[in-house]
Amino acid sequence: MAERVEGRGRLDRSRELRFTFDGREFTGHPGDTLASALLAAGELTVARSSARGRPRGVLAAGAEEPNALVQVEHPFPDPMQLATTLELFDGLVARGLAGRGRLADVPDPARYDTRHAHADVVVVGAGPAGLVAALTAARAGARVVLVDENPEPGGSLLGADDVLDGRPALDWVAAARAELAGHEDVLQLQRTTAVGSYDDGLVLALEKRTDHLGAAAPRTLARQRVWRIRARHVVTATGAYERPVVFPDDDRPGILLASAARTYLHRYGVLAGRDVVVFTCDDAAYAAALDLAAAGAAVRVLDARPAAPAAWASRCTAAGVPVRAAAVVTAALGDDRVRGVRVADFAGGVVGTGGEVACDLLLVSGGWNPAVQLFSQSGGSLRYDGDLGSFVPGAPLRTVHVAGAARGELTLAQALRDGERSAVDVLTALGRPAPASSLPDAAPAPERSPGLLLWRVPVEGDGRDEFVDLQRDATVADVRRAVGAGLRSVEHVKRYTTIGTAHDQGRTSGVITSGLVAELLGRSVAEMGVTKHRPPTVPVAFAALAGRNRGDLYDPVRRTAVHAWHEAHGAVFEDVGTWKRPRYYPRRSADGSVEEMDAAVLRECAAVRTGVGIMDGSTLGGISVRGPDAGVLLDLLYTGVMSSLRVGSVRYGVMCGVDGTVLDDGTVLRLDEEEFLVSTTTGGAAKVLDWMEEWLQTEWPHLRVHLTSVTDQWAVFPVVGPLSRAVVGAFAPDVDVSAEAFGFMTWRATEVGDVPVLLSRVSFSGELAFEVMVDSRWAAAVWERLVAIGEPHRITPYGTETMHVLRAEKGYPIIGQDTDGTVTPQDLGLGWAVSRKKADFVGKRSFARPANLDPSRRQLVGLLPLDPDLRLPEGSQLVAAAELPPPPVPMLGFVTSSYRSAALGRTFALALVAGGRDRLGEEVFAVVDGRTVAARITSSVLLDPEGARRDG
Amino acid sequence: MQLIECPWCGPREEVEFSYGGQAHVPYPADPAALGDEEWAHYVFFRDNTAGVWAERWMHATACRRWFNALRDTRTHAFLTTYRPGDPVPSPDPHPTPTPEGAANG
Repeated sequence: MAERVEGRGRLDRSRELRFTFDGREFTGHPGDTLASALLAAGELTVARSSARGRPRGVLAAGAEEPNALVQVEHPFPDPMQLATTLELFDGLVARGLAGRGRLADVPDPARYDTRHAHADVVVVGAGPAGLVAALTAARAGARVVLVDENPEPGGSLLGADDVLDGRPALDWVAAARAELAGHEDVLQLQRTTAVGSYDDGLVLALEKRTDHLGAAAPRTLARQRVWRIRARHVVTATGAYERPVVFPDDDRPGILLASAARTYLHRYGVLAGRDVVVFTCDDAAYAAALDLAAAGAAVRVLDARPAAPAAWASRCTAAGVPVRAAAVVTAALGDDRVRGVRVADFAGGVVGTGGEVACDLLLVSGGWNPAVQLFSQSGGSLRYDGDLGSFVPGAPLRTVHVAGAARGELTLAQALRDGERSAVDVLTALGRPAPASSLPDAAPAPERSPGLLLWRVPVEGDGRDEFVDLQRDATVADVRRAVGAGLRSVEHVKRYTTIGTAHDQGRTSGVITSGLVAELLGRSVAEMGVTKHRPPTVPVAFAALAGRNRGDLYDPVRRTAVHAWHEAHGAVFEDVGTWKRPRYYPRRSADGSVEEMDAAVLRECAAVRTGVGIMDGSTLGGISVRGPDAGVLLDLLYTGVMSSLRVGSVRYGVMCGVDGTVLDDGTVLRLDEEEFLVSTTTGGAAKVLDWMEEWLQTEWPHLRVHLTSVTDQWAVFPVVGPLSRAVVGAFAPDVDVSAEAFGFMTWRATEVGDVPVLLSRVSFSGELAFEVMVDSRWAAAVWERLVAIGEPHRITPYGTETMHVLRAEKGYPIIGQDTDGTVTPQDLGLGWAVSRKKADFVGKRSFARPANLDPSRRQLVGLLPLDPDLRLPEGSQLVAAAELPPPPVPMLGFVTSSYRSAALGRTFALALVAGGRDRLGEEVFAVVDGRTVAARITSSVLLDPEGARRDG
Repeated sequence: MQLIECPWCGPREEVEFSYGGQAHVPYPADPAALGDEEWAHYVFFRDNTAGVWAERWMHATACRRWFNALRDTRTHAFLTTYRPGDPVPSPDPHPTPTPEGAANG
């Protein structure tokens, strides 16, 4: 049975923490993880396996743990936490998971944020190699960031009893930490995991700032923080993970990695078992065997190698630990937990006969996998090290360095030297002199003897209970099936078996899988390689990545200067890009009922066509084009001629790409000889400015033109309808608004009170209309004045929905709704806006391409469903016959806009139809909900084709 | 995320930039004089170089200026950036090694 041992562990035993796991209450101490506290309580089983429901215990003591996934229930639901890295806090409620957690169904009240750091070097890992690297760089005056996943620095030293300079190694760690804290340019971050290493020295790290405080976490602190560290050099000193050996029932609770048991003893004061079998292919497990024996356990060692390493064997003898070489475990015994092992002789790769040995703890060591995740992510190639039986960094990268056990430098003395070496490499590259070497003296360790590469114990059997990836319940049988199915690449085997795809990313299973596949294919492990590492190295909550960009801060919201009025008058808003635009203004009756959208839109449309309406068009893009060559630039970019526009006039313009398809449209006002005011669609404003800048800067930089976005500076209010003249005339008494004096497509400047105002006679509805343009700072007052003046005429505010209906009745396309990237001005019936006189403009040459002259191109037409109450869904496909032929069914086109019209007293639509303008009067069929409905093709102009309403 | 050297602002994060495709594809002096095929080559055809090529970028969230870059499409590594109108620099015969992270899938 596992138990606490006195005098060991970095725990505060004076304090007791109470927690609940799987519904039962336990206690632990500050310094514990959930896993160590459970182990101390004798709880071996912490989870069930995801596919087969087998009991599982902790295998490891860190982030490589494959089994111990838990769901935190209190203080806040948090899925997929690792018991081995979850720091214990008072009041924790958690339960073991079978592979899958549960997201909270309430909003997370915690705060998350992001910080940037810049450094000469970021060191990942505060173990012996990382600490030396950071110290060396800091002593040379470099700006250093040191990140480490643990609550305190030390790395592997926390789980051992090493000696440095004749004193406990953790004394040296404490001194190093204090020295680093004294350097102004050093940032030490604990509880911080580097989750990704990207281009040009960018390291993303996740700092868990208050997770360990539980419900006591101050609300004012960010719970987690994403650090974006940009460093000239990166040193990854991330250590190595011990790997197990595969054998039947190797997943039983009570089977731990040897190094993990040692860590539980030294760091957490937990003796994981009293009757211990150590099964190893490697020297390091001997230290665990001796430490556990010293703590009072009965320990025996089975070494798969032909001979046990002499120095370790003699220490074992002295400690009363029997060592049997050339022996392997051929099965774990016990169903709910390990109760013994079957042992057999092992010689020349052949399993011989053996017997059974009882135990309550089985420690396994199959060798070491350097933690090369960050180096591999950085684009570094890996090289198979046959002595190590694992992959180490290959060709060095210019700015990403690897130090210590992550490079296969496994002993403490090697790791210290290599940490210093890596820092000197960095300093040399930075052109800084390295400080004098001052490494602590590591106590001499026994010479390392070569490990035996044993991926699995070669027993007979179907392999169904020989687990490779414990989290994914993937076995030797699965690997055999993958290879049997013809897979030859470890990447394919990974995807076929799911090995390495769980939260632990195959830290304990990946290399073993490469080894197994190599054996099955009769190839070398070096040839097989190992699967590519990808960020993040550990699971990261989306909340942390989102940081502050949640809720109201998720996306900027743009509101017009009149937004408050729209809100006060009950507007229903829609999002247009990032703008909030009134969609319609439902009426509210005395009984509290609210007008439906269809009814509101019919009412608003009727008001505009028979009286007067007003809308807020301030979201339309505005670009000031200014300079002596402004007209020249516009002539090159618009299909029409703009340079001939007189000051005081307005022209409609279409802009095309070089392929001749429509990019955007809008009006152009000539404000004076050298300034034009270009309007764009609401969604196209940024794109059009980019487009104009691109041509100006890259093709015609000689043109003397400046482009400025003025969208936010101008408020625009179309006053529309037969009664608009009366309203605008009263609003701007100094302007003669008669049709004769103020012609269509002209503008006038005036002042209303002291406020300068532009009036322009443009119409997006076919009705008599005046656009009132004013500096945004006076927008609200001008709007309210127009509404007040319009009151006697029952002026009706209307929204985007009504605007869409009104313009569609006139066949005015909306670029991006009635067009896609294939539609030319000619397809839209806008050939009149394309100049034939200009020698060239962007798009002109493409109009002469054969494809653009094809009479069967889709053209914009109107559609009247034969059923006048049926509104065709936008996007409906159009076909030639009521009875659908067998597929593929030839498509004639599709519906782009579809509405109910008050003026027409029926529904109507706009559509792009192949050769549409030659089909006027023909019937086509729209496919709606799987049946066909008939509609007649008409001109796209359904209302007032003569334009009689334009001048009122 | 790479750092890109804006010729006006200096090195900045990749997210500040927008991409503009192949550089040095000038707008034809007289499009009307081109045959359909020649015009189609200007409109639709671009090189698909595996190696060093010249491309356009714009520093969209800062100075909003266009510039050109030589970049190795195999590694993503920027070899140099230069202003529009400047001559194409000769690519370094010994380009800097793969930028760390460039091979990420």
